[in-house]
Amino acid sequence: MHPLLRLVAQRLVLGAGTLLVVSALIFAGTEILPGDVAQAILGQTATPEAVAAIREDLGLDRPAWVRYLDWLAGFLRGDLGTSLANRVPISEMIAGRLENTLFLAGVAAAIAVPVAITLGVIAARFRETWLDKTISIVTLSAISMPEFFIGYILIFVFAVKLFWVPSIASVFPGMDFLDRLYAVSLPVATLSLVVIAHMMRMTRAAIVNVMASPYIETAELKGLTRSRITLHHALPNALSPIINVVVINLAYLVVGVVVVEVVFVYPGMGQLMVDAVAKRDVPVVQATGIIFAATYVLLNLTADVLAILANPRIRHAR
Amino acid sequence: MRPRASVLVGFAIIAVYAAAALLGPLLSPYGEAEVVGDVWEPFSAAHPLGTDNLGRDMLSRLLWGASRTIGVALAATLLAFGIGMTLGYLAAVVGGWVDMILSRGIDTLMAIPTLIFALVVLAVLPPSVVILILVIAVLDSTRVFRLARAVAMDVVVMDFVEVARLRGERLGWIVFREVLPNTLPPLIAEFGLRFCFAFLFLSSLSFLGLGIQPPAADWGGMVRDNANAISFGLPIPLIPAAAIAILTIGVNLVVDWQLERSSGARRGVRP
Repeated sequence: MHPLLRLVAQRLVLGAGTLLVVSALIFAGTEILPGDVAQAILGQTATPEAVAAIREDLGLDRPAWVRYLDWLAGFLRGDLGTSLANRVPISEMIAGRLENTLFLAGVAAAIAVPVAITLGVIAARFRETWLDKTISIVTLSAISMPEFFIGYILIFVFAVKLFWVPSIASVFPGMDFLDRLYAVSLPVATLSLVVIAHMMRMTRAAIVNVMASPYIETAELKGLTRSRITLHHALPNALSPIINVVVINLAYLVVGVVVVEVVFVYPGMGQLMVDAVAKRDVPVVQATGIIFAATYVLLNLTADVLAILANPRIRHAR
Repeated sequence: MRPRASVLVGFAIIAVYAAAALLGPLLSPYGEAEVVGDVWEPFSAAHPLGTDNLGRDMLSRLLWGASRTIGVALAATLLAFGIGMTLGYLAAVVGGWVDMILSRGIDTLMAIPTLIFALVVLAVLPPSVVILILVIAVLDSTRVFRLARAVAMDVVVMDFVEVARLRGERLGWIVFREVLPNTLPPLIAEFGLRFCFAFLFLSSLSFLGLGIQPPAADWGGMVRDNANAISFGLPIPLIPAAAIAILTIGVNLVVDWQLERSSGARRGVRP
């Protein structure tokens, strides 16, 4: 087999294994109590009848590994279980929300990726000048701030003081695309800011790293301009780490969405999960947890595979 | 290399916060959960930062919150380093299947986003301070493990460790007397980063209502309590949120300078 195919196949098998173990960990995460989940959900003051009812609901009389396999099998069939709080099938609760979350993360990514890479290249081109230093301080501050701080500043300035955009991102099924885009403008801006800062710093680092190679010195001695060296000589070789950075940040985006959704009361998966944790609705927490975790694992796997594909030494192996 | 102005700003910020964390409860004019006025009173001489959603003095709660928020994050970071460094050194020094099991286990834990795993666990555990410290410490220790193992790997192949092994020293001696002193510098820079992570993580959990529980004052929780004020045009939730942001920026400024300095020094000795 071509070594490239073999490497990619190896990664995919490894990824499938990781997904399986991750699902077991998420399941085990709700089992770490010395007592049992039913008692934890209802608290110390619960009547024995109520505890018994929940126990039966969750099938707690069976050993944990049987329940895990059962849960996993259901999950693969698309049956995510039933919410403890309102008896609604979880797949129904998630359907529209998953779309909303993907929309939010997708729009943020579509804006953040090109902006971050452009800024990263500019910072690397003008390295050690006041422009680079300004970008560096601003982005360092942006990644140091909690998402809710950025979110509330944007709400305060653009929604409360200037009345440009709505402060609460309410969307509903059948909404026009442009209306929807307008409704999510602030959460998208919040997410983009954090991700741009991180991606841009790592893009700059990747290019600066390549700029230290001897062949760049040769290009300099040949008398090429710094812009030409940065764009034509350094950037192509920094592409592999940059692709990696981009995908890892997309994975981060999927998680960062949780806090941002709560700030803007956006009807997405993150909000659903946080509510379920507060209500101790264990089946919903497990289902949303595994979806978030699986997305994260798959994106990281994509980063791995793309990094392999972008490496010319592996691509053209003899 | 002359320290830049930004580093001095970073150190000054850390000093002010350390003072607030140590002396906060003593300096605060009112009690932690004491209702002293109306809801969301404007800034005044009696209440320099106004009052919160229940009429409690904002400045007092910020000061009380300083010691709790910073204290919990610091405790979690210290515990994370305890766990991460012990396991990391163990993996590097013993090697073989111990290293394999530990490394694969930590890799799997790192494959799950930290916030998501914390939410899953907090769905069944009571949200007490001890549980929060444990959860944050365990999740944070995975990163410490990776770094500790990597730097220790470079040291265990050195001759002086080999000599200690041949001398018949026990595991504890090799870890604490041979490896630890030689791997400390990179771990100290990491401490700042891990503290920022723990601090932001705790604040996010509290903001989501799943961290430190009311009426105890905590900065993330204070943002959540006062979030509604913003729709009335009052920037009140921005005060505790800024308190969080300024400390992490301060720590990051110092860490950034330290990392740059150490890599710069290395660049200097290279031919």
